[in-house]
Amino acid sequence: MSIFQYDFMVRALIAALITGFTAPTLGIYLVQRRMSLIGDGIGHVALTGVGIGLLTGNSPVLAAVVVAAAGAVAVELIRQRGRTSGDIALAILFYGGIAGGVFLVGLASDKSNANLMAYLFGSPLSASRSDLVVMGVLGVGVLAVTVLLRPWLFAICQDEEYAKVSGLPVRTLNLLIAVATAVTVTVAMRAVGLLLVSALMVVPVAAAQQLTRGFRSTMHAAMGIGVLAAALGIWISGAAGGGGTAPGATIVLVAIGLFLTATIGAAGWRILRRRTAGVLGGLGGERAAPAEIEPPDVVLDR
Amino acid sequence: MTATTVAPIVAVDRAVVAYADRPVLRAVSLRVYAGEVVAVLGANGSGKSTLIRAALGLVPLSGGSVRLFDMPLRRFRQWRRIGYVPQRVGAGSGVPATAGEVVAAGRLARRGFLRPARNADRAAVTGALAAVGLADRIGDPVGTLSGGQQQRTLIARALAGDPELLVLDEPTAGVDAASQQAFADALHAFVGAGGTVLLVAHELGPLQRLISRAVVVHDGAIAHEGPVPEPAGHHADPAHDHVHPHGPVAEPGLWSAP
Repeated sequence: MSIFQYDFMVRALIAALITGFTAPTLGIYLVQRRMSLIGDGIGHVALTGVGIGLLTGNSPVLAAVVVAAAGAVAVELIRQRGRTSGDIALAILFYGGIAGGVFLVGLASDKSNANLMAYLFGSPLSASRSDLVVMGVLGVGVLAVTVLLRPWLFAICQDEEYAKVSGLPVRTLNLLIAVATAVTVTVAMRAVGLLLVSALMVVPVAAAQQLTRGFRSTMHAAMGIGVLAAALGIWISGAAGGGGTAPGATIVLVAIGLFLTATIGAAGWRILRRRTAGVLGGLGGERAAPAEIEPPDVVLDR
Repeated sequence: MTATTVAPIVAVDRAVVAYADRPVLRAVSLRVYAGEVVAVLGANGSGKSTLIRAALGLVPLSGGSVRLFDMPLRRFRQWRRIGYVPQRVGAGSGVPATAGEVVAAGRLARRGFLRPARNADRAAVTGALAAVGLADRIGDPVGTLSGGQQQRTLIARALAGDPELLVLDEPTAGVDAASQQAFADALHAFVGAGGTVLLVAHELGPLQRLISRAVVVHDGAIAHEGPVPEPAGHHADPAHDHVHPHGPVAEPGLWSAP
Protein backbone atom coordinates (compact mmCIF):
# COMPACT_ATOMS: atom_id res chain seq x y z
CA MET A 1 0.00 0.00 0.00
CA SER A 2 2.65 2.41 1.06
CA ILE A 3 4.94 1.74 -1.86
CA PHE A 4 4.16 5.19 -3.28
CA GLN A 5 5.92 6.88 -0.36
CA TYR A 6 9.08 6.46 -2.44
CA ASP A 7 9.73 9.09 -5.08
CA PHE A 8 11.02 6.56 -7.58
CA MET A 9 7.77 4.61 -7.31
CA VAL A 10 5.77 7.76 -7.98
CA ARG A 11 7.95 8.55 -10.99
CA ALA A 12 7.55 4.95 -12.20
CA LEU A 13 3.80 5.33 -11.88
CA ILE A 14 3.78 8.60 -13.84
CA ALA A 15 5.94 7.08 -16.58
CA ALA A 16 3.59 4.11 -16.84
CA LEU A 17 0.48 6.28 -16.85
CA ILE A 18 1.79 8.49 -19.66
CA THR A 19 2.48 5.35 -21.68
CA GLY A 20 -0.83 3.66 -20.87
CA PHE A 21 -2.74 6.80 -21.82
CA THR A 22 -0.88 7.54 -25.06
CA ALA A 23 0.02 4.20 -26.65
CA PRO A 24 -3.53 2.94 -27.35
CA THR A 25 -4.54 6.18 -29.13
CA LEU A 26 -1.95 5.38 -31.80
CA GLY A 27 -2.36 1.62 -31.59
CA ILE A 28 -6.02 1.85 -32.57
CA TYR A 29 -5.03 2.96 -36.09
CA LEU A 30 -2.56 0.09 -36.40
CA VAL A 31 -5.22 -2.39 -35.26
CA GLN A 32 -7.73 -0.90 -37.70
CA ARG A 33 -5.24 -1.46 -40.51
CA ARG A 34 -4.55 -4.97 -39.24
CA MET A 35 -0.92 -4.01 -38.75
CA SER A 36 -0.80 -4.76 -35.01
CA LEU A 37 2.71 -6.15 -35.17
CA ILE A 38 4.27 -3.10 -36.82
CA GLY A 39 4.78 -1.41 -33.45
CA ASP A 40 6.89 -4.38 -32.39
CA GLY A 41 9.08 -4.03 -35.47
CA ILE A 42 9.53 -0.30 -34.95
CA GLY A 43 10.57 -1.10 -31.39
CA HIS A 44 13.30 -3.35 -32.76
CA VAL A 45 14.51 -0.56 -35.03
CA ALA A 46 14.48 1.95 -32.17
CA LEU A 47 17.10 -0.12 -30.36
CA THR A 48 19.61 0.81 -33.04
CA GLY A 49 18.81 4.44 -32.23
CA VAL A 50 19.48 3.78 -28.54
CA GLY A 51 22.82 2.23 -29.48
CA ILE A 52 23.76 5.20 -31.64
CA GLY A 53 22.77 7.59 -28.85
CA LEU A 54 24.84 5.77 -26.24
CA LEU A 55 27.81 5.45 -28.56
CA THR A 56 27.88 9.09 -29.60
CA GLY A 57 27.10 10.44 -26.15
CA ASN A 58 23.75 11.88 -27.21
CA SER A 59 20.41 11.26 -25.58
CA PRO A 60 19.41 7.65 -26.35
CA VAL A 61 15.73 8.66 -26.33
CA LEU A 62 16.12 11.37 -28.98
CA ALA A 63 18.38 9.16 -31.10
CA ALA A 64 15.76 6.42 -30.81
CA VAL A 65 13.03 8.83 -31.98
CA VAL A 66 15.02 9.76 -35.06
CA VAL A 67 16.04 6.22 -36.02
CA ALA A 68 12.60 4.74 -35.25
CA ALA A 69 10.96 7.48 -37.32
CA ALA A 70 13.25 6.67 -40.24
CA GLY A 71 12.38 2.99 -39.83
CA ALA A 72 8.64 3.73 -39.66
CA VAL A 73 8.80 5.85 -42.81
CA ALA A 74 10.63 2.98 -44.54
CA VAL A 75 7.86 0.60 -43.42
CA GLU A 76 5.23 2.98 -44.77
CA LEU A 77 7.00 3.24 -48.15
CA ILE A 78 7.19 -0.57 -48.34
CA ARG A 79 3.47 -0.79 -47.48
CA GLN A 80 2.57 1.72 -50.21
CA ARG A 81 4.39 -0.35 -52.80
CA GLY A 82 2.36 -3.36 -51.69
CA ARG A 83 4.88 -5.80 -53.12
CA THR A 84 5.01 -9.38 -51.93
CA SER A 85 8.72 -8.93 -51.30
CA GLY A 86 7.72 -6.26 -48.77
CA ASP A 87 7.24 -8.96 -46.14
CA ILE A 88 10.88 -10.00 -46.39
CA ALA A 89 12.02 -6.39 -46.51
CA LEU A 90 10.23 -5.76 -43.20
CA ALA A 91 11.78 -8.84 -41.61
CA ILE A 92 15.27 -7.72 -42.62
CA LEU A 93 14.62 -4.19 -41.38
CA PHE A 94 13.35 -5.37 -37.99
CA TYR A 95 16.04 -7.96 -37.32
CA GLY A 96 18.69 -5.61 -38.62
CA GLY A 97 17.37 -3.03 -36.18
CA ILE A 98 17.56 -5.20 -33.09
CA ALA A 99 20.90 -6.80 -34.05
CA GLY A 100 22.38 -3.39 -34.77
CA GLY A 101 21.08 -2.13 -31.46
CA VAL A 102 22.53 -4.97 -29.40
CA PHE A 103 25.83 -4.58 -31.27
CA LEU A 104 26.06 -0.81 -30.74
CA VAL A 105 24.95 -0.87 -27.09
CA GLY A 106 27.64 -3.48 -26.48
CA LEU A 107 30.25 -1.21 -28.04
CA ALA A 108 29.06 1.78 -26.08
CA SER A 109 29.59 0.78 -22.46
CA ASP A 110 31.18 -1.82 -20.27
CA LYS A 111 28.07 -2.31 -18.13
CA SER A 112 26.09 -2.81 -21.32
CA ASN A 113 24.19 -5.85 -20.14
CA ALA A 114 22.18 -4.02 -17.51
CA ASN A 115 21.72 -1.10 -19.90
CA LEU A 116 20.45 -3.33 -22.68
CA MET A 117 17.94 -5.05 -20.42
CA ALA A 118 16.62 -1.66 -19.30
CA TYR A 119 15.85 -0.65 -22.88
CA LEU A 120 14.51 -4.02 -23.97
CA PHE A 121 12.20 -4.63 -21.02
CA GLY A 122 11.76 -1.19 -19.51
CA SER A 123 12.99 0.35 -16.27
CA PRO A 124 10.35 2.79 -15.03
CA LEU A 125 11.83 2.62 -11.52
CA SER A 126 14.93 4.45 -12.72
CA ALA A 127 13.03 7.19 -14.55
CA SER A 128 14.37 10.62 -13.62
CA ARG A 129 12.44 13.85 -13.47
CA SER A 130 13.90 14.93 -16.82
CA ASP A 131 12.97 11.55 -18.35
CA LEU A 132 9.39 12.23 -17.35
CA VAL A 133 9.48 15.68 -18.92
CA VAL A 134 10.72 14.25 -22.22
CA MET A 135 8.06 11.51 -22.10
CA GLY A 136 5.36 14.03 -21.30
CA VAL A 137 6.29 16.33 -24.17
CA LEU A 138 6.49 13.48 -26.69
CA GLY A 139 3.25 12.03 -25.34
CA VAL A 140 1.41 15.31 -25.81
CA GLY A 141 2.76 15.44 -29.36
CA VAL A 142 1.40 11.95 -30.09
CA LEU A 143 -1.97 12.78 -28.55
CA ALA A 144 -2.22 15.97 -30.61
CA VAL A 145 -1.95 13.85 -33.76
CA THR A 146 -4.02 10.84 -32.75
CA VAL A 147 -6.89 12.65 -31.04
CA LEU A 148 -7.18 15.92 -32.97
CA LEU A 149 -6.80 14.27 -36.39
CA ARG A 150 -9.06 11.33 -35.55
CA PRO A 151 -11.69 11.86 -38.31
CA TRP A 152 -9.02 12.11 -40.99
CA LEU A 153 -6.82 9.27 -39.72
CA PHE A 154 -9.95 7.13 -39.28
CA ALA A 155 -10.90 7.80 -42.90
CA ILE A 156 -7.53 6.79 -44.34
CA CYS A 157 -7.20 3.70 -42.14
CA GLN A 158 -10.76 2.58 -42.82
CA ASP A 159 -10.77 2.97 -46.60
CA GLU A 160 -7.62 4.39 -48.13
CA GLU A 161 -8.91 4.52 -51.71
CA TYR A 162 -12.03 6.34 -50.68
CA ALA A 163 -9.91 8.82 -48.74
CA LYS A 164 -7.85 9.40 -51.89
CA VAL A 165 -10.96 10.15 -53.94
CA SER A 166 -12.09 12.49 -51.15
CA GLY A 167 -8.97 14.52 -51.85
CA LEU A 168 -7.43 13.92 -48.41
CA PRO A 169 -3.64 14.25 -48.21
CA VAL A 170 -3.37 10.47 -47.82
CA ARG A 171 0.38 10.18 -48.26
CA THR A 172 1.14 12.93 -45.75
CA LEU A 173 -1.27 11.48 -43.18
CA ASN A 174 0.26 8.02 -43.62
CA LEU A 175 3.72 9.40 -42.96
CA LEU A 176 2.34 11.25 -39.94
CA ILE A 177 1.01 7.96 -38.53
CA ALA A 178 4.41 6.38 -39.19
CA VAL A 179 6.28 9.10 -37.34
CA ALA A 180 3.74 9.09 -34.49
CA THR A 181 4.23 5.33 -34.18
CA ALA A 182 7.97 5.88 -33.79
CA VAL A 183 7.46 8.56 -31.16
CA THR A 184 4.99 6.37 -29.25
CA VAL A 185 7.51 3.53 -29.25
CA THR A 186 10.13 5.79 -27.68
CA VAL A 187 7.67 7.15 -25.15
CA ALA A 188 6.76 3.63 -24.07
CA MET A 189 10.36 2.40 -24.11
CA ARG A 190 11.06 3.59 -20.57
CA ALA A 191 7.94 2.05 -19.07
CA VAL A 192 7.60 -1.35 -20.73
CA GLY A 193 10.70 -1.71 -22.90
CA LEU A 194 11.11 -1.98 -26.65
CA LEU A 195 10.13 -5.64 -26.80
CA LEU A 196 6.81 -5.04 -25.05
CA VAL A 197 5.97 -1.61 -26.53
CA SER A 198 3.58 -3.04 -29.05
CA ALA A 199 1.54 -4.75 -26.34
CA LEU A 200 0.48 -1.45 -24.79
CA MET A 201 -0.52 -0.11 -28.22
CA VAL A 202 -2.57 -3.14 -29.17
CA VAL A 203 -3.86 -5.01 -26.11
CA PRO A 204 -5.94 -2.15 -24.60
CA VAL A 205 -7.56 -1.62 -28.02
CA ALA A 206 -8.30 -5.32 -28.34
CA ALA A 207 -9.85 -5.29 -24.86
CA ALA A 208 -11.86 -2.11 -25.53
CA GLN A 209 -13.42 -3.32 -28.75
CA GLN A 210 -15.02 -6.22 -26.91
CA LEU A 211 -17.13 -3.64 -25.13
CA THR A 212 -17.73 -0.82 -27.60
CA ARG A 213 -19.73 -0.14 -30.75
CA GLY A 214 -17.94 2.78 -32.37
CA PHE A 215 -14.43 3.97 -33.19
CA ARG A 216 -14.49 6.98 -30.91
CA SER A 217 -15.80 5.01 -27.95
CA THR A 218 -13.20 2.30 -28.62
CA MET A 219 -10.42 4.90 -28.47
CA HIS A 220 -11.67 6.34 -25.20
CA ALA A 221 -12.21 2.93 -23.61
CA ALA A 222 -8.74 1.82 -24.75
CA MET A 223 -7.18 4.87 -23.09
CA GLY A 224 -8.98 4.00 -19.87
CA ILE A 225 -7.89 0.37 -20.04
CA GLY A 226 -4.31 1.43 -20.80
CA VAL A 227 -4.22 3.70 -17.75
CA LEU A 228 -5.78 1.01 -15.55
CA ALA A 229 -3.26 -1.60 -16.72
CA ALA A 230 -0.36 0.80 -16.13
CA ALA A 231 -1.47 1.75 -12.62
CA LEU A 232 -2.33 -1.81 -11.54
CA GLY A 233 0.86 -3.14 -13.10
CA ILE A 234 3.13 -0.73 -11.24
CA TRP A 235 1.27 -1.32 -7.99
CA ILE A 236 1.40 -5.12 -8.27
CA SER A 237 5.05 -5.06 -9.28
CA GLY A 238 5.96 -2.83 -6.33
CA ALA A 239 3.81 -4.64 -3.79
CA ALA A 240 4.92 -8.13 -4.83
CA GLY A 241 7.31 -9.79 -2.42
CA GLY A 242 10.96 -10.54 -3.04
CA GLY A 243 11.98 -7.11 -4.33
CA GLY A 244 9.07 -6.84 -6.76
CA THR A 245 8.36 -8.17 -10.24
CA ALA A 246 9.51 -6.67 -13.53
CA PRO A 247 7.22 -3.63 -13.98
CA GLY A 248 7.01 -3.72 -17.79
CA ALA A 249 6.08 -7.38 -17.94
CA THR A 250 3.61 -6.95 -15.08
CA ILE A 251 1.84 -4.09 -16.86
CA VAL A 252 1.52 -6.13 -20.03
CA LEU A 253 0.21 -9.18 -18.15
CA VAL A 254 -2.37 -7.02 -16.40
CA ALA A 255 -3.44 -5.62 -19.79
CA ILE A 256 -3.85 -9.13 -21.16
CA GLY A 257 -5.81 -10.05 -18.03
CA LEU A 258 -8.13 -7.09 -18.70
CA PHE A 259 -8.50 -8.25 -22.31
CA LEU A 260 -9.51 -11.74 -21.19
CA THR A 261 -11.94 -10.31 -18.63
CA ALA A 262 -13.51 -8.06 -21.25
CA THR A 263 -13.80 -10.87 -23.78
CA ILE A 264 -15.37 -13.31 -21.34
CA GLY A 265 -17.63 -10.61 -19.92
CA ALA A 266 -18.81 -9.52 -23.38
CA ALA A 267 -19.46 -13.11 -24.45
CA GLY A 268 -21.44 -13.74 -21.27
CA TRP A 269 -23.41 -10.54 -21.80
CA ARG A 270 -24.24 -11.54 -25.37
CA ILE A 271 -25.50 -14.96 -24.31
CA LEU A 272 -27.56 -13.38 -21.55
CA ARG A 273 -29.06 -10.84 -23.96
CA ARG A 274 -29.84 -13.45 -26.60
CA ARG A 275 -31.67 -15.47 -23.99
CA THR A 276 -33.65 -12.42 -22.88
CA ALA A 277 -34.41 -11.54 -26.51
CA GLY A 278 -35.54 -15.12 -27.08
CA VAL A 279 -37.94 -14.86 -24.18
CA LEU A 280 -39.25 -11.52 -25.49
CA GLY A 281 -39.60 -12.95 -28.99
CA GLY A 282 -41.51 -15.88 -27.53
CA LEU A 283 -43.77 -13.48 -25.72
CA GLY A 284 -44.73 -12.00 -29.04
CA GLY A 285 -44.78 -9.27 -31.63
CA GLU A 286 -42.77 -6.22 -30.76
CA ARG A 287 -39.19 -7.37 -31.04
CA ALA A 288 -39.83 -9.62 -34.01
CA ALA A 289 -39.52 -6.93 -36.68
CA PRO A 290 -35.95 -5.70 -36.01
CA ALA A 291 -34.84 -9.25 -35.33
CA GLU A 292 -35.88 -10.13 -38.86
CA ILE A 293 -33.39 -7.71 -40.43
CA GLU A 294 -30.50 -8.86 -38.29
CA PRO A 295 -29.55 -12.38 -39.43
CA PRO A 296 -26.95 -12.48 -42.21
CA ASP A 297 -29.15 -14.93 -44.13
CA VAL A 298 -30.59 -11.88 -45.82
CA VAL A 299 -27.27 -11.20 -47.51
CA LEU A 300 -27.33 -14.48 -49.32
CA ASP A 301 -30.80 -13.81 -50.68
CA ARG A 302 -30.10 -11.85 -53.86
CA MET B 1 -25.73 12.76 -78.58
CA THR B 2 -24.99 15.75 -76.38
CA ALA B 3 -24.18 19.35 -77.17
CA THR B 4 -20.51 19.58 -78.11
CA THR B 5 -20.13 23.05 -76.59
CA VAL B 6 -20.59 21.65 -73.06
CA ALA B 7 -17.48 20.06 -71.58
CA PRO B 8 -18.07 16.56 -70.22
CA ILE B 9 -17.84 15.96 -66.47
CA VAL B 10 -15.79 12.84 -67.06
CA ALA B 11 -13.65 12.55 -70.17
CA VAL B 12 -11.50 9.46 -70.55
CA ASP B 13 -9.52 9.64 -73.77
CA ARG B 14 -7.89 6.54 -75.25
CA ALA B 15 -6.94 5.23 -71.82
CA VAL B 16 -4.50 2.34 -71.68
CA VAL B 17 -4.03 0.38 -68.44
CA ALA B 18 -1.89 -2.68 -67.95
CA TYR B 19 -1.28 -4.74 -64.80
CA ALA B 20 2.23 -6.08 -65.08
CA ASP B 21 2.31 -7.06 -68.78
CA ARG B 22 -1.35 -7.93 -69.08
CA PRO B 23 -3.34 -5.21 -70.89
CA VAL B 24 -6.63 -4.47 -69.13
CA LEU B 25 -7.81 -1.42 -71.05
CA ARG B 26 -6.88 -0.89 -74.68
CA ALA B 27 -7.35 2.75 -75.68
CA VAL B 28 -10.80 3.16 -74.15
CA SER B 29 -12.64 6.47 -74.39
CA LEU B 30 -15.63 7.44 -72.28
CA ARG B 31 -17.50 10.69 -71.82
CA VAL B 32 -20.11 11.47 -69.19
CA TYR B 33 -22.09 14.72 -69.44
CA ALA B 34 -23.97 16.55 -66.69
CA GLY B 35 -27.29 14.93 -65.83
CA GLU B 36 -26.50 11.61 -67.48
CA VAL B 37 -26.75 8.23 -65.79
CA VAL B 38 -24.18 6.05 -67.51
CA ALA B 39 -23.93 2.34 -66.80
CA VAL B 40 -20.69 0.53 -67.61
CA LEU B 41 -21.58 -3.12 -68.16
CA GLY B 42 -19.48 -6.17 -68.80
CA ALA B 43 -18.43 -9.55 -67.56
CA ASN B 44 -16.04 -10.12 -64.67
CA GLY B 45 -12.54 -9.30 -65.82
CA SER B 46 -13.72 -7.24 -68.79
CA GLY B 47 -11.99 -4.13 -67.43
CA LYS B 48 -15.16 -2.25 -66.47
CA SER B 49 -14.07 -1.57 -62.89
CA THR B 50 -10.59 -0.65 -64.05
CA LEU B 51 -12.12 1.91 -66.38
CA ILE B 52 -13.80 3.91 -63.63
CA ARG B 53 -10.91 3.42 -61.23
CA ALA B 54 -8.62 4.85 -63.89
CA ALA B 55 -11.04 7.75 -64.35
CA LEU B 56 -10.62 8.55 -60.62
CA GLY B 57 -6.85 8.24 -60.68
CA LEU B 58 -6.82 5.08 -58.52
CA VAL B 59 -5.13 3.12 -61.29
CA PRO B 60 -2.19 4.63 -63.17
CA LEU B 61 -2.61 5.08 -66.92
CA SER B 62 0.09 3.86 -69.23
CA GLY B 63 -1.45 5.81 -72.09
CA GLY B 64 -4.22 8.27 -72.82
CA SER B 65 -5.63 10.93 -70.55
CA VAL B 66 -8.43 11.71 -68.09
CA ARG B 67 -10.19 15.00 -67.45
CA LEU B 68 -12.62 15.56 -64.57
CA PHE B 69 -14.89 18.63 -64.61
CA ASP B 70 -12.82 19.93 -67.52
CA MET B 71 -9.55 19.73 -65.58
CA PRO B 72 -6.68 17.34 -66.26
CA LEU B 73 -6.74 14.62 -63.58
CA ARG B 74 -3.29 15.61 -62.36
CA ARG B 75 -4.42 19.14 -61.55
CA PHE B 76 -7.93 18.26 -60.38
CA ARG B 77 -8.48 19.29 -56.75
CA GLN B 78 -12.24 19.69 -56.36
CA TRP B 79 -12.80 16.18 -55.05
CA ARG B 80 -15.80 17.35 -53.05
CA ARG B 81 -17.72 17.35 -56.34
CA ILE B 82 -17.32 13.56 -56.60
CA GLY B 83 -18.90 10.88 -54.43
CA TYR B 84 -17.24 7.50 -54.80
CA VAL B 85 -18.75 4.16 -53.76
CA PRO B 86 -16.08 1.47 -53.95
CA GLN B 87 -16.78 -2.19 -54.40
CA ARG B 88 -17.70 -3.46 -50.97
CA VAL B 89 -14.92 -5.48 -49.43
CA GLY B 90 -16.61 -5.32 -46.06
CA ALA B 91 -17.26 -1.93 -44.53
CA GLY B 92 -16.05 -3.39 -41.26
CA SER B 93 -12.39 -3.30 -40.26
CA GLY B 94 -10.21 -4.28 -37.37
CA VAL B 95 -11.84 -1.80 -35.00
CA PRO B 96 -15.62 -1.36 -34.70
CA ALA B 97 -17.09 1.80 -36.22
CA THR B 98 -20.68 2.97 -36.24
CA ALA B 99 -22.59 3.60 -39.45
CA GLY B 100 -22.61 7.28 -38.49
CA GLU B 101 -18.82 7.36 -38.16
CA VAL B 102 -18.33 5.71 -41.56
CA VAL B 103 -20.75 8.13 -43.23
CA ALA B 104 -19.11 11.10 -41.50
CA ALA B 105 -15.89 10.23 -43.37
CA GLY B 106 -17.77 11.18 -46.53
CA ARG B 107 -18.17 14.69 -45.19
CA LEU B 108 -14.43 15.37 -44.81
CA ALA B 109 -13.98 16.55 -48.39
CA ARG B 110 -16.45 19.38 -47.69
CA ARG B 111 -15.45 19.98 -44.10
CA GLY B 112 -11.93 21.23 -44.67
CA PHE B 113 -8.79 20.00 -42.95
CA LEU B 114 -8.68 20.30 -39.15
CA ARG B 115 -12.03 22.08 -39.01
CA PRO B 116 -14.33 20.66 -36.33
CA ALA B 117 -17.69 19.25 -37.41
CA ARG B 118 -20.50 21.79 -37.59
CA ASN B 119 -24.23 21.28 -37.38
CA ALA B 120 -24.44 21.22 -41.16
CA ASP B 121 -21.99 18.30 -41.20
CA ARG B 122 -23.99 16.33 -38.66
CA ALA B 123 -27.22 17.07 -40.52
CA ALA B 124 -25.65 15.85 -43.77
CA VAL B 125 -24.72 12.55 -42.12
CA THR B 126 -28.21 11.89 -40.76
CA GLY B 127 -29.76 13.07 -44.03
CA ALA B 128 -27.59 10.72 -46.10
CA LEU B 129 -28.40 7.76 -43.87
CA ALA B 130 -32.10 8.61 -44.12
CA ALA B 131 -31.82 8.75 -47.92
CA VAL B 132 -30.75 5.10 -47.99
CA GLY B 133 -33.30 4.08 -45.37
CA LEU B 134 -30.86 3.51 -42.50
CA ALA B 135 -31.62 6.52 -40.30
CA ASP B 136 -32.30 4.29 -37.30
CA ARG B 137 -28.98 2.44 -37.63
CA ILE B 138 -26.71 5.49 -37.20
CA GLY B 139 -25.29 4.24 -33.89
CA ASP B 140 -24.97 0.58 -34.89
CA PRO B 141 -21.56 -0.92 -35.69
CA VAL B 142 -21.33 -1.47 -39.47
CA GLY B 143 -20.05 -4.96 -38.77
CA THR B 144 -23.48 -5.96 -37.47
CA LEU B 145 -25.33 -4.72 -40.59
CA SER B 146 -26.23 -7.08 -43.42
CA GLY B 147 -24.21 -6.94 -46.65
CA GLY B 148 -26.87 -4.86 -48.37
CA GLN B 149 -27.05 -2.45 -45.46
CA GLN B 150 -23.26 -2.08 -45.44
CA GLN B 151 -23.41 -1.25 -49.13
CA ARG B 152 -26.10 1.33 -48.45
CA THR B 153 -23.89 2.80 -45.71
CA LEU B 154 -21.13 3.30 -48.29
CA ILE B 155 -23.63 5.00 -50.61
CA ALA B 156 -24.72 7.25 -47.76
CA ARG B 157 -21.05 8.10 -47.18
CA ALA B 158 -20.77 9.24 -50.80
CA LEU B 159 -24.04 11.22 -50.57
CA ALA B 160 -23.01 12.96 -47.34
CA GLY B 161 -20.46 15.06 -49.21
CA ASP B 162 -23.25 16.50 -51.38
CA PRO B 163 -21.50 15.57 -54.65
CA GLU B 164 -22.43 16.51 -58.22
CA LEU B 165 -21.15 13.22 -59.64
CA LEU B 166 -21.62 9.80 -58.10
CA VAL B 167 -19.23 7.05 -59.19
CA LEU B 168 -20.33 3.60 -58.10
CA ASP B 169 -18.45 0.34 -58.53
CA GLU B 170 -20.84 -2.64 -58.56
CA PRO B 171 -23.24 -1.05 -56.08
CA THR B 172 -25.81 -3.84 -56.27
CA ALA B 173 -23.56 -6.91 -56.36
CA GLY B 174 -24.73 -9.42 -53.77
CA VAL B 175 -27.28 -7.03 -52.30
CA ASP B 176 -30.68 -8.23 -51.08
CA ALA B 177 -33.85 -7.10 -52.83
CA ALA B 178 -34.92 -4.64 -50.11
CA SER B 179 -31.54 -2.93 -50.23
CA GLN B 180 -31.57 -2.84 -54.04
CA GLN B 181 -34.88 -1.01 -53.93
CA ALA B 182 -33.71 1.40 -51.20
CA PHE B 183 -30.62 2.05 -53.28
CA ALA B 184 -32.59 2.64 -56.49
CA ASP B 185 -34.82 5.11 -54.62
CA ALA B 186 -31.81 7.00 -53.25
CA LEU B 187 -30.25 7.15 -56.71
CA HIS B 188 -33.54 8.31 -58.21
CA ALA B 189 -33.69 11.19 -55.74
CA PHE B 190 -30.07 12.10 -56.50
CA VAL B 191 -30.66 12.15 -60.27
CA GLY B 192 -33.92 14.03 -59.80
CA ALA B 193 -31.97 16.78 -58.01
CA GLY B 194 -29.70 17.17 -61.05
CA GLY B 195 -26.94 14.75 -60.13
CA THR B 196 -24.80 12.83 -62.62
CA VAL B 197 -24.07 9.12 -62.18
CA LEU B 198 -21.41 6.79 -63.54
CA LEU B 199 -21.86 3.24 -62.34
CA VAL B 200 -20.36 -0.14 -63.02
CA ALA B 201 -22.69 -3.08 -62.87
CA HIS B 202 -22.91 -6.71 -63.71
CA GLU B 203 -26.69 -6.65 -63.68
CA LEU B 204 -28.92 -3.62 -63.37
CA GLY B 205 -32.02 -4.93 -61.60
CA PRO B 206 -34.29 -2.13 -60.38
CA LEU B 207 -31.76 0.47 -61.60
CA GLN B 208 -32.51 -0.17 -65.23
CA ARG B 209 -35.18 2.53 -65.55
CA LEU B 210 -32.71 5.20 -64.42
CA ILE B 211 -29.99 4.50 -66.96
CA SER B 212 -29.74 6.99 -69.81
CA ARG B 213 -26.82 5.36 -71.60
CA ALA B 214 -25.06 2.03 -71.41
CA VAL B 215 -21.44 1.23 -72.26
CA VAL B 216 -20.47 -2.40 -72.59
CA VAL B 217 -16.81 -3.19 -71.96
CA HIS B 218 -15.47 -6.44 -73.29
CA ASP B 219 -11.87 -7.60 -73.19
CA GLY B 220 -10.57 -4.14 -72.41
CA ALA B 221 -12.39 -2.33 -75.18
CA ILE B 222 -15.82 -0.83 -75.66
CA ALA B 223 -18.04 -3.32 -77.46
CA HIS B 224 -21.27 -1.37 -77.38
CA GLU B 225 -22.29 2.16 -76.55
CA GLY B 226 -25.72 3.70 -76.73
CA PRO B 227 -29.21 3.66 -75.32
CA VAL B 228 -30.01 0.90 -72.88
CA PRO B 229 -32.82 -1.01 -74.63
CA GLU B 230 -31.68 -4.36 -75.93
CA PRO B 231 -28.23 -5.04 -74.56
CA ALA B 232 -28.84 -3.74 -71.08
CA GLY B 233 -32.19 -5.48 -70.84
CA HIS B 234 -30.52 -8.65 -71.95
CA HIS B 235 -27.62 -8.31 -69.53
CA ALA B 236 -29.86 -7.28 -66.71
CA ASP B 237 -31.58 -10.63 -66.92
CA PRO B 238 -30.45 -12.44 -63.78
CA ALA B 239 -30.22 -15.72 -65.66
CA HIS B 240 -27.64 -14.24 -68.00
CA ASP B 241 -24.27 -14.18 -66.32
CA HIS B 242 -21.76 -13.13 -68.94
CA VAL B 243 -21.42 -10.70 -71.77
CA HIS B 244 -20.52 -12.25 -75.10
CA PRO B 245 -20.96 -9.45 -77.60
CA HIS B 246 -19.26 -10.81 -80.68
CA GLY B 247 -17.84 -14.24 -80.21
CA PRO B 248 -14.06 -14.66 -80.18
CA VAL B 249 -12.16 -12.66 -77.62
CA ALA B 250 -9.34 -11.52 -79.87
CA GLU B 251 -11.51 -10.24 -82.69
CA PRO B 252 -9.48 -7.46 -84.31
CA GLY B 253 -12.44 -5.07 -84.49
CA LEU B 254 -12.55 -4.87 -80.71
CA TRP B 255 -9.09 -3.36 -80.60
CA SER B 256 -9.98 -0.14 -82.30
CA ALA B 257 -11.45 2.59 -80.14
CA PRO B 258 -15.00 3.53 -80.99
